[in-house]
Amino acid sequence: MNHQLQLSKNGELLHLLTIEGLPTAILTQILDTAESFTGVTEREIKKIPLLRGKSIFNLFFEPSTRTRTTFEIAAKRLSADVLNLNIAVSAQSKGEALLDTVNNLSAMHADMFVVRHSQSGAAHMIASHVKPEIHVINAGDGRHAHPTQALLDMFTIRRYKHDFHNLRVAIVGDILHSRVARSQIHALSTLGVPEIRVIAPKTLLPNKVERLGVHVYHDMEKGLCDVDVVIMLRLQNERMLGANLPSNEEYFKYYGLTPEKLAKAKPDAIVMHPGPMNRGVEIDSVVADGKQSVILPQVTFGIAVRMAVMSILAGN
Amino acid sequence: MSHPLPDAEFLLAELIKQLTPIAHESMAMVGIHTGGVWIAQRIHQALGLKIPLGVLDISFYRDDYSKIGLHPQVKPSALPFEVENSQIILVDDVLYTGRTIRAAVNEIFDYGRPASIHLAVLVDRGERELPIAAQYVGAVLSLPANNMLELKQQLDGKLSLGLLDIKLAAE
Repeated sequence: MNHQLQLSKNGELLHLLTIEGLPTAILTQILDTAESFTGVTEREIKKIPLLRGKSIFNLFFEPSTRTRTTFEIAAKRLSADVLNLNIAVSAQSKGEALLDTVNNLSAMHADMFVVRHSQSGAAHMIASHVKPEIHVINAGDGRHAHPTQALLDMFTIRRYKHDFHNLRVAIVGDILHSRVARSQIHALSTLGVPEIRVIAPKTLLPNKVERLGVHVYHDMEKGLCDVDVVIMLRLQNERMLGANLPSNEEYFKYYGLTPEKLAKAKPDAIVMHPGPMNRGVEIDSVVADGKQSVILPQVTFGIAVRMAVMSILAGN
Repeated sequence: MSHPLPDAEFLLAELIKQLTPIAHESMAMVGIHTGGVWIAQRIHQALGLKIPLGVLDISFYRDDYSKIGLHPQVKPSALPFEVENSQIILVDDVLYTGRTIRAAVNEIFDYGRPASIHLAVLVDRGERELPIAAQYVGAVLSLPANNMLELKQQLDGKLSLGLLDIKLAAE
């Protein structure tokens, strides 16, 4: 995939397709801009006129409630017009090709596409196809990338831990199927986190994952030792197809985040999860609803981060 | 530079002199990033205002967003008081086309409906493109269009004015 597609000749962000290859300055710009947007929600009028008159199409070829909703709210807070298309149940089932759908929507003068697709590279394909004034945001493609989720996770970490340069971060669970994990690892290393750990059974780790610069642990208690941030991943049942695991109970025993396992991390460690959670599979309810959990703030920050991405893209 | 610029500290004192007689308990003050905030902080302190100072970054309300995009360093806006029915003195360093003030007024109204907004500026350099006027003015200056009047703050907090040739700066 051509990662340079997302930057202009002058280094401005034209599309957000993946974190991989983005310079630190752009990630920091997005996080700083998002910081300014957090205040908009507390106003009498939760809206600013920045994207007035722009049309944003949410193209969801794969179901998602949270991501689609936060993109929709973000666009509306920016005064854009938003159209949600759940294409799994529309023209695609009539056999319309992906690019035909995009052409039709472009003919309706779309300014931005937010794309979620089960195929890796779908957002790239759309970005390389559309006219230069149209911007594309990848809202998750196959196992490849989910850049806005990673950015909102970075925003959350920065909010609670302030600085990336002295952190130990553990990502736990289904790394193999997770586009979120891949984007998080790129974002964490770009922002200067010195120690990134991945904790998972061998069957849920990609081959040669060490190449991404992470430390691999199979024992969760060892892996959580003295970490500042614990990122739990969802066990992706729908992506397993045949499963690499004996059972959910067995998984919870070894890789579920319980208060006992969390006690190995630093006392002020925060617990994150991109949602939706499988309670009792990868995370104990006591932890999910506990003092160290920042899972709901993540959702709130997700709106500000998506507002930042949309307003930076639409202005470039 | 053929235009001798006035001393910013002198203009600030002038502005404080104008505002002192009208200062009252329920006066709210809002500075526009960045220069306007520096001036507003000084006036706010000099007048001993009780309501905490508000700050605005009008980047999200600019009318040239579609031409130049989002300013890379947007700062958060914060109006830490009830805007509804408030009496606001809006403060900026330089009043020129009036577009910044238009954006600031729009942003304030998204927080609530103030009873009044009056404008105080260090320098009014004329050349308005919108029907906007300042009620409190440190000085009126006429400057060539290719010059940008810039307020600077030194480490000790002292303010000074400088001229920037826009064409030279862009090169």
